[in-house]
Order: sequence, then C-alpha cells, then structure tokens
Amino acid sequence: MAKIIVVTSGKGGVGKTTTSSAISTGLALRGHKTAVIDFDIGLRNLDLIMNCERRVVYDFVNVINGEATLKQALIKDKRCENLFILPASQTRDKDALTKEGVEQVLNELKELGFEYVICDSPAGIEHGAFMALYFADEAVVVANPEVSSVRDSDRILGILQSKSRKAELGENVTEHLLITRYDPERVARGEMLGVADVEEILATKLLGVIPECQSVLKASNQGVPVIHDTESRAGKAYADAVARLTGEQVEHRFLTPEHKSLFQRLFRRSA
Amino acid sequence: MSKSAQRASAVDRPESFQLKGGLFPMTLLELKSADLKAIKLELMEKVTQSPAFFQRSPLVFGVEQLTDAEQESLDLEGLCVICRELTLLPTATRGANARLLNESGRLGLAILPRSKGKQSELTAEAPPAPEAVAAAKTEASPPTRIITTPIRSGQQIYARGGDLVVMASVSAGAEVLADGNIHIYGALRGRALAGVQGDENARIFCSSQEAELVAVAGQFMVDEVLRTNHWKDAVQIYLAGGRIQITPLPKHN
Ligand SMILES: Nc1ncnc2c1ncn2[C@@H]1O[C@H](COP(=O)(O)OP(=O)(O)OP(=O)(O)O)[C@@H](O)[C@H]1O
Ligand SMILES: [Mg+2]
Repeated sequence: MAKIIVVTSGKGGVGKTTTSSAISTGLALRGHKTAVIDFDIGLRNLDLIMNCERRVVYDFVNVINGEATLKQALIKDKRCENLFILPASQTRDKDALTKEGVEQVLNELKELGFEYVICDSPAGIEHGAFMALYFADEAVVVANPEVSSVRDSDRILGILQSKSRKAELGENVTEHLLITRYDPERVARGEMLGVADVEEILATKLLGVIPECQSVLKASNQGVPVIHDTESRAGKAYADAVARLTGEQVEHRFLTPEHKSLFQRLFRRSA
Repeated sequence: MSKSAQRASAVDRPESFQLKGGLFPMTLLELKSADLKAIKLELMEKVTQSPAFFQRSPLVFGVEQLTDAEQESLDLEGLCVICRELTLLPTATRGANARLLNESGRLGLAILPRSKGKQSELTAEAPPAPEAVAAAKTEASPPTRIITTPIRSGQQIYARGGDLVVMASVSAGAEVLADGNIHIYGALRGRALAGVQGDENARIFCSSQEAELVAVAGQFMVDEVLRTNHWKDAVQIYLAGGRIQITPLPKHN
C-alpha cells in the first residue's frame, strides 16, 4: 500500500520543496520505490532542485487532462534507482488540478507499486495547497522558528484534520512537525523561537529539526538534493528525519550552537 | 418518472448550491436610548478601543428596552449610517414595534423575535404545569461538547445549549463559543466566548490565559488588557457587576 505524504506549510519559502526533494530521495536511498509530485502549478521548482528540468516533456497537468500517460510523464531520477519525479506544469493555472484527476494519478501510482508518494505543496491555503493535502495519509508540516510561520502551520494542521479526505471519513491524518532553517545561535539570542516553543504551540510530534545551513543553497544550485551531501549538517538532519519517518528511533541533533574550533576560539579571544 | 416529477426532484436537490442552517455569532447592540448623538459618541469609543473586533462584524439592533416613545422616535436609518461608518454591518433588528418593523423592511434588515424572557411577559402565557417543567428539564439537560484535539487557527467550535470542554489548547486565531461555560485544559491563545445567548453566570476556565479575546454574555475584554491580567496563569473568567473579572484558579500543592 502506497503512503501518501504531503509536505505543506501555509507560509511560503519555508523549505517545502527542499524538504520534498530530500525526503523523497532519502526514502528511495533506503530502497523504497518513491514518487515525488510537484503541486506548485505555474512555478515549477522541484525539477530544478532535482536537476531534471531539461528532461521534462510531459507534466502532471498533461496526465490529468489525458494528454500523456503517467508513465510518459514520470521522470526517473539520475542518481537514485527507486525515485521518480512528476513535474508541475509551468504554463497552466492552478485550477487545472481537479480532485478526480489527482485521485486518478495517485491510484495509478499505487498500481505501479510505489510505496511512497510525496506531494510538494504550493504555499498558501488555496486550491493548489488543498489539492496537495486532500488525499494525504500523513503530513510533514514545515515551519520556520518564527511566529508567522508557526501560525500558518497551525492553520494548515486545522485544515488537514477537518477538510482532508481522511477527516471526511472521520479518521486522522498523521502529523509530523519539521522545523527548518533552525539557527541555534539566534535562538540563544532570543531572535527566534526555540524548538520547545514551537512544539508547545503546535502540540504535535516533532519529526526533525533542520539547521540553517549553507549546504542547502549550494545543493539547490547544483541540482543535487541536500541529503546526498552526507557531510553537511542539513544533509545529516534530513537523513535522521527520513529514518524517523520510517519508524526508527533517532536522537535529535544540531539543536545547540556549533562548537567553535580551537582556532576560531583563539581568534575570537585575541580579536 | 414524469417530467414534472423530474423537475421537482431537481429543485429539491439543487446542484448550484447547498442550503444549510447555520448559527453564527453576531454582536447585539442593545439600545438604551434613541439619542443618536450619544450612541455615536460611545460607539466610536468602543470601536477605537478594539477595531479588529468590530471590523465588518454583523450587528443586531436590540430595541426592546426602549420605551414606546423612544421606539416611535428612533431614526433607524441614521443609526445604520453611523454603524456603517464605523465598519459595522447592520443586519437585523430585534423586538421592534410596528413602525420599526416597517422601517427594518424598508432598510433591508432582517427581523428577529423578541428575546425569550420578554416574550412571555408580553404574551402572558400561562405558566406550564409542574410535570411539564420537569419533563422539559430532563429533555433539555444541557449537552456538553467535549473536544480532545487542539483547536487550530481558523477553526471555530460552538457548543450550542451547553458547556464546552476542550482537552487541549485553543490556538491563536481560533474561536470557541458556548451557550454555557467553557473549560480549556490547555492554553487559551485564541478567542473564547461563554454564555453567548446571554447567560451572565457562564464562566471560562483555562490552564493558561494567553487569550486574544474573552467574552461572557456579550461583555468582552481584548488582548491588550488581557496581557496585564494574569497572563499565562490558570484562571477563571466571569462577570461581576457586569464587568469581566479574571482571577487565578486555586493552587494545589
Ligand atoms: N535549512 C536551510 N538552510 C538554509 N537555507 C534554506 C534551508 N531550507 C531552505 N532554505 C532556502 O530557503 C529558500 C526557500 O526554500 P524552498 O524553495 O524549499 O521553500 P518552499 O517552502 O518550497 O517555497 P515556496 O513556498 O515558494 O514553494 C531557498 O532559497 C532554500 O535554499
Ligand atoms: Mg516550493
């Protein structure tokens, strides 16, 4: 049975697409047949981060409109055996997505033997975001440690548990909180909310904390999901989160300021 | 199926819309005077105190406390103009006499029946037989609504006819309402309105007072004041002398 997981946030630019690419890659690297769908119709971001934009022939909307088969539109990832990308259309508007169309694509992915389907949601709480979350079994709610992002995540959690198909059936969507762009030094200075504050406000289970990390920008410029960068803090934190998503117990790390190297400390003292 | 029967069923279940009964909170402006100048001044003061609360909120004019002479002289149209200028949306009148019923119709306002207490006074109904009272009591034993999950920003929960118990937090941007009391075993960060049908004995209890707004029987207190009033304490909120009071809950050790 395929698990449908939406990556959503309400607020824009908090790291949904970065997270979708990392989590789908991480699941595939662990041997699970995984598809990642870009629901951000009109913008097309995921294919850039996954470095397959030049291989896009057909997209999600083409499949929904019957202009191409799902198999024709799915792009096989170059680095990962088990990973497939269904890109968004750059030219259509968001209303091209219909409940029936999305459901049909998800059912076909199940029939093709996919174990995980990751849905990269657009920002906001409008049609596109609703389509991305409606069929979800689980949700990764991405929040940055600041008040407006947390408030939007709260709102999305409310929508998930009242408007999704699971909610309509009287069931629960499994919630996972992912705090991204976490900067322990700024938290210590009181410029950002701490993990405990965010957890308390949202009252939901913490999947992981991804530190603010230069490696993310580098990775997206190179078109390599950051989880492949196994030396980087963000890469390691995403790998931990994927492990937790599949049921492993892994301790949280990168929650406190990085230890300065001896050189940096000496330098600071003499400065 | 005959053509007319088909048509009838299509109309029974329209496709272009769905009709649903709904219960929505509205603000009641219970008039104690027909003096528009005085009303305008005091209303302006209220609105500037908490503009967000009044922004485009639907408003009901209660006129049943006015004397007959005041009802005859009230300039309903002028009152509507004043309210709209202050971003309120006049929607209905309650307890209107014949002239004000007419005026309401002309101004496109809905007409609501008098509040219950008044009505029995006016229609002088015979008091119900004792058995009937007992039966009505068991039947109407107030339903308590229990919610076990957090109430999130943008959500609204209304316990009609009874108490509301929330076994989690109420988020900023969420709203809980009850005809009776509200108990929150968590933080109250949004809005809580108890006694929304006018029960002045209704209370709000919460484990941590971080509210955006609290109200009991239409009397309310907003964020700025709440912040200096047992913020983040476990409190109860009730009316005393017609004003909102906030006191800490007794501590156990
Ligand atoms: N952990 C991180 N450290 C540093 N930068 C990050 C991190 N996560 C995301 N970013 C940066 O934040 C920006 C937004 O990320 P991303 O595109 O993943 O967000 P999004 O939520 O998908 O945005 P949108 O709402 O526009 O779809 C990008 O420039 C990305 O490189
Ligand atoms: Mg995105």
